[in-house]
Amino acid sequence: MAQIDFNEPRERTEALRRMMLIREFEDAVGDRFADGEIPGFVHLSQGQEGVAVGAVGALTEDDYVTSTHRAHGHSLAKGLDPDRLLAELYGKETGYCDGKGGSMHVASLEVGMLGAQPIVGASVPLGTGAAITAQYTDADWMSLTFLGDGAVAEGQVHEAFNLAATWELPVVFVIENNLYSEGMPFDDQHNIEDLADMAASYGVPGETVDGQDVETVNAAVSQARERALDGEGPTLVEAKTYRYRGHFEGDQEPYRTAEEVDEWRTERDPIDNYVDELLETGVLTEDDVADLERSVESELADAVEFARESETASKDVAFDDVFVEPAPEIAAHRERVARREPNWSVY
Amino acid sequence: MSRTQSTNENGTETMSVREAIREGLREEMQADEMVMLYGQDEESGESFEVTDGLYEEFGQRRVRNTPISEAAQVGGAVGAAATGLRPVVEVSFSDFIGVCFDQLMNQAGKTRYMFGGESRVPVVMRATEGGGKSAAAQHSGTVHTLVAHLPGLKVVAPGTPAASKGLIKASIRSDDPVMFFENKTIYNERGPVPTDESYTVPLGEASVERVGEDVTVVATQRLLGEALSVADGLAGEASVEVIDPRTIYPLDTETILESVEKTGALVIADESPMSYGFHAEVMARVVEDGFFTLDAPPQRVGVPDTPIPFAPDLEGEVLPDAPDVERAVKRVL
Ligand SMILES: Cc1ncc(C[n+]2csc(CCOP(=O)(O)OP(=O)(O)O)c2C)c(N)n1
Repeated sequence: MAQIDFNEPRERTEALRRMMLIREFEDAVGDRFADGEIPGFVHLSQGQEGVAVGAVGALTEDDYVTSTHRAHGHSLAKGLDPDRLLAELYGKETGYCDGKGGSMHVASLEVGMLGAQPIVGASVPLGTGAAITAQYTDADWMSLTFLGDGAVAEGQVHEAFNLAATWELPVVFVIENNLYSEGMPFDDQHNIEDLADMAASYGVPGETVDGQDVETVNAAVSQARERALDGEGPTLVEAKTYRYRGHFEGDQEPYRTAEEVDEWRTERDPIDNYVDELLETGVLTEDDVADLERSVESELADAVEFARESETASKDVAFDDVFVEPAPEIAAHRERVARREPNWSVY
Repeated sequence: MSRTQSTNENGTETMSVREAIREGLREEMQADEMVMLYGQDEESGESFEVTDGLYEEFGQRRVRNTPISEAAQVGGAVGAAATGLRPVVEVSFSDFIGVCFDQLMNQAGKTRYMFGGESRVPVVMRATEGGGKSAAAQHSGTVHTLVAHLPGLKVVAPGTPAASKGLIKASIRSDDPVMFFENKTIYNERGPVPTDESYTVPLGEASVERVGEDVTVVATQRLLGEALSVADGLAGEASVEVIDPRTIYPLDTETILESVEKTGALVIADESPMSYGFHAEVMARVVEDGFFTLDAPPQRVGVPDTPIPFAPDLEGEVLPDAPDVERAVKRVL
């Protein structure tokens, strides 16, 4: 999706719509997962929409994004179509990855979504690698990598920070600090309060911002993007935020209280607060907001229908795309699998 | 690039494995602007001097040093490859891939598949393996089985200068991720190498290095030379066919099966630890599809599942060599 210009009232509305779309998508996924329609693991991001839309809203379609296991919001913000994204979660052939990726591995290179990466920290070297291409080809795009506060404890993250810093690569690292890594509270994982402070040890700028404010996130990432494109290298942006759902759907959440979740929901919700702001500044009326809500609801109802009605991915694709130039081994094994016979019966 | 070697009329030049790899890198860099090399000490070519001179020739944009950070090197190369470059990244000693194994196993090998074929990962990862230099356990391992076992990765391990050049070129041109293993004890071994810039060796094609009638020896890397010397030594006594598989995955099963059909006997010589490895895979394929062509139980020659020790005498004890190959050949004759 295109860059959002927050100076334009109409575009502020677009930011709100994108956040609402993500919220609606995640709610729908949660419900359909509970119904048993969606297999596997899903990690939802309600509460973190301000970071996704603020950060990705600073990018053009040509910029690349890499993401984590909690990637639906980032993907939608980057412009993935909710129908195909949901179909992928359902394991349908209309999904982005032929049903071979699912929630944790969605990618769509045509819109610059270089992939969700549930190996914690792994997306950071990959996003850094995209920035190597940008620098090498003198491109006018850059790379943005999302990572969680938990990922910051992984070794490969720091290797990538250091490589990006020493090579002055055009990459922006956005740490979504939602205060938990699975069930582990932030304070138990790190000995510092603001993860952006780490930037100093790589000699790059770092900034900690309120992730519940879409415009604040956007301003920080926009500035970081300018630096990246001016050849000044990476920036670390830490957005403090919060997830309302458990780590994964089905998480009993013994590690926090319902009051804590409720407090964030009622006082610091990125969507509600932005609605208030747009109402106060006269950008929107109550009717406009109701219209927006209705439109994303119907968009998601359509997406659920699309995903449900799509065909299950063809079994044949299970053997495809391991390589560009196929290995004969796979064809041979596939033949044996297709015969469903023990190997000795060929004689 | 030292070009002191003589060129004969057939368009070959005698050069070492090291020079052959360098020449392959050089030609591909000249042919394709998107090919770039990086790694630790890549600019000086210090690690085994394979990339020596390329920095001077191509400059820092195309030949770059990285900090010591193999996960970022390999992961960065995967990200760069997925977005349009053709990076060749050096991990120096293959024993070091432990620290970047995630990027190798989960990113390089699985990205294309997970994304339903949307991405291409044309990355080449170079590493040296093998013992024989008293470099002890963490600098002497042979790990190509480990990587070949991972879906989504192609694995190359040439035994001659010609194969080294042809395969590094094919690896760079391949749109799939390739792990390219160079055996450090044969860097100086010399042989004829085609000078034609279009010369490549396709991945997954074995070479019959010596034609024979009585026994098939499938030998990789350093052991190819050892097997050829055994074949020479046994001339008159036994006729030994020697095959260099050249790529570990995909593996040219057909050439091996055809050979065993002719000879009825099989020895597999490879410097990997013997259990669960390359030897077992070759044997399994021959047993699956050519069991009745075998006249004797196949034999394996490799490292007896130990890390490689430091002291030269101890190292010699665990590393397989020509006498081991010869003993195995005699057992199946
Ligand atoms: C290398 C690795 N270790 C552990 C896990 C299991 N795991 C999945 S998500 C997660 C927590 C990550 O926390 P954070 O980076 O803060 O992201 P968040 O879930 O808060 O969005 C863990 C430990 C994993 N997927 N990969």
